[in-house]
Amino acid sequence: MIIEGRAVLVQQDNVDTDMLYPGAYLNIDDPEGMKPYLFEGLDPGLREELDGDVILVVGENFGAGSSREHVVQAMKAWNIRCVLGKSFARIFYRNCINLGLLAIVQPQAAEEIKANDIVRIDTKAGELSAAGRRYSIPQIPDFVLDMVSSGGLVSWASRRMEENTGP
Amino acid sequence: MPHTLAEKLLISHSEVDDASPGDIIMVRCDLVMANDVSGPVAFRQMERMGVQRVFDPSKVVMVSDHFMPAKDARSAALQKRLKSWSDLQGVYYYGQGRGGIEHTVLVEDGWIVPGMVIAGGDSHTCTYGALGAFGTGLGSTDIAACLAFGEFWQQVPGTIQVEFTGHKGSFVAGKDLILAVIADIGVGGGANAVLEFVGEGAASLSLDDRLAVANMAVEAGAETGIFPADEVTARYLDRRADREWHPERSDPDASYVRKVKIDLNSLEPLVALPHSPGNVVAVSEARGTKIDQVYIGNCSNGTITDLRQTAEILRGNRVHPDVRAIIVPASQKVYRQAISEGLIDVFIEAGAVVSTPTCGACFGGHMGVLAEGERAITTTNRNFKGRMGSPLAEVCLANAYVAAAAAVAGEIVEPASICSEPVR
Repeated sequence: MIIEGRAVLVQQDNVDTDMLYPGAYLNIDDPEGMKPYLFEGLDPGLREELDGDVILVVGENFGAGSSREHVVQAMKAWNIRCVLGKSFARIFYRNCINLGLLAIVQPQAAEEIKANDIVRIDTKAGELSAAGRRYSIPQIPDFVLDMVSSGGLVSWASRRMEENTGP
Repeated sequence: MPHTLAEKLLISHSEVDDASPGDIIMVRCDLVMANDVSGPVAFRQMERMGVQRVFDPSKVVMVSDHFMPAKDARSAALQKRLKSWSDLQGVYYYGQGRGGIEHTVLVEDGWIVPGMVIAGGDSHTCTYGALGAFGTGLGSTDIAACLAFGEFWQQVPGTIQVEFTGHKGSFVAGKDLILAVIADIGVGGGANAVLEFVGEGAASLSLDDRLAVANMAVEAGAETGIFPADEVTARYLDRRADREWHPERSDPDASYVRKVKIDLNSLEPLVALPHSPGNVVAVSEARGTKIDQVYIGNCSNGTITDLRQTAEILRGNRVHPDVRAIIVPASQKVYRQAISEGLIDVFIEAGAVVSTPTCGACFGGHMGVLAEGERAITTTNRNFKGRMGSPLAEVCLANAYVAAAAAVAGEIVEPASICSEPVR
């Protein structure tokens, strides 16, 4: 798959789910309702940068903490196309893949990409480019790529129901 | 091929004959759990999958605990949805007044036995590792697939062996052991791995201490944290769980990603300072830090053990006039036990408030959130920025002795300065 978007940076490490979507708003269960609270505990002003196709460029251990899927559902509602980081916390990463949001680990790119750079990701070629620089993408397991490109676990599961097969 | 305990549990719950760390496999769940926050989002996703009924109603449990009792109409609607969905599906539902905090309730009611795989719509599902089970926290879409098909995808993690040597001293509790581990390996140090707790120091821990340790494996970024089942586990489960189980452990020649040793003989009570569970110092180094609120409770440290420790410190003392103290038994059973032991009297006499079991203010939901500029010390598991209310508030994590001592002193102090020697 090929994804292109404008870089929005969240540079600090260990950005946790409470900063990304505070607990007080967990009593909302529809994605459009979650949308206004993304980044509420980190920097509400960041939402103003989420215009058009966005590649969120993040630091280490991004999304640490809670299993709250509200974070990724709100990111999807804002049309964030990919999260590119130095590393991800486990449940956050799963939630991205399950909702069809590509999450890529490329520490050097995450360090060097500047705000508003146009980032182009080509999973088939295994590389991404930004501001004239090229970076190789570490191997993404076929299972994960298949899940993301089919739109996430909901469509993957529906398809599986029809085919009745596992990975 | 030799395997660690976690690898064995995952392989035995899959269709594959063998697997190595890094492989992606489908894992069958023996139990699927969700709450008033993760459940309704999962139900919506299950409907989108086109699935009407859960895979096996006897293997699904729903618990209202996060915004319970409902703090507003929206929260009430979520709990109403959780109950009506549970009734429709014929699954067990713990409503208000019936259970308490999910992880405490599932353990004390015998839902969990060693060797099980539990998928929970809450990151602290790793708590079940205290009983030698593979409990793993998943998001709502993952939970939807577990409800529908009884399985989840899993990249087989490596295992980090954490050996506790020696024996813990006065005023040291399970909380200090896991804070020491997180300080050692870091908040991302457990990534793609399971923490396996072994050694004489692990074997001598009570089940409540094991719950406190396993609960915060996720705070090290780990998939889960497991204590191999032993006599302590067997004694705890006797007459509590009917499900059969067999103790499993890692093969002697299993390979580990890494081995870590924590010496309990030299371990002091610790405090995790704002805003990370990895920002750990000895209590003595945090001495004098002013406190506005003390919160004793949550799925890691709201057990009867924690309430007894709290009472030892508060008995005959008063909560400092500038401090609000909130004590939250983790379940109805813990609450009743505390009443029968006279602990609740001690708390009220001291000037603390006692809340009904709830996740409450631990995640900034309700029942004691913090104002801008305030600082709390809690027995909870996360002190992220804004975790308990205002992003300009601060949270320190500690064991119940340390939190209760701060309630009396109005600042962080060594518990020994309030109470000379713990009874238990």
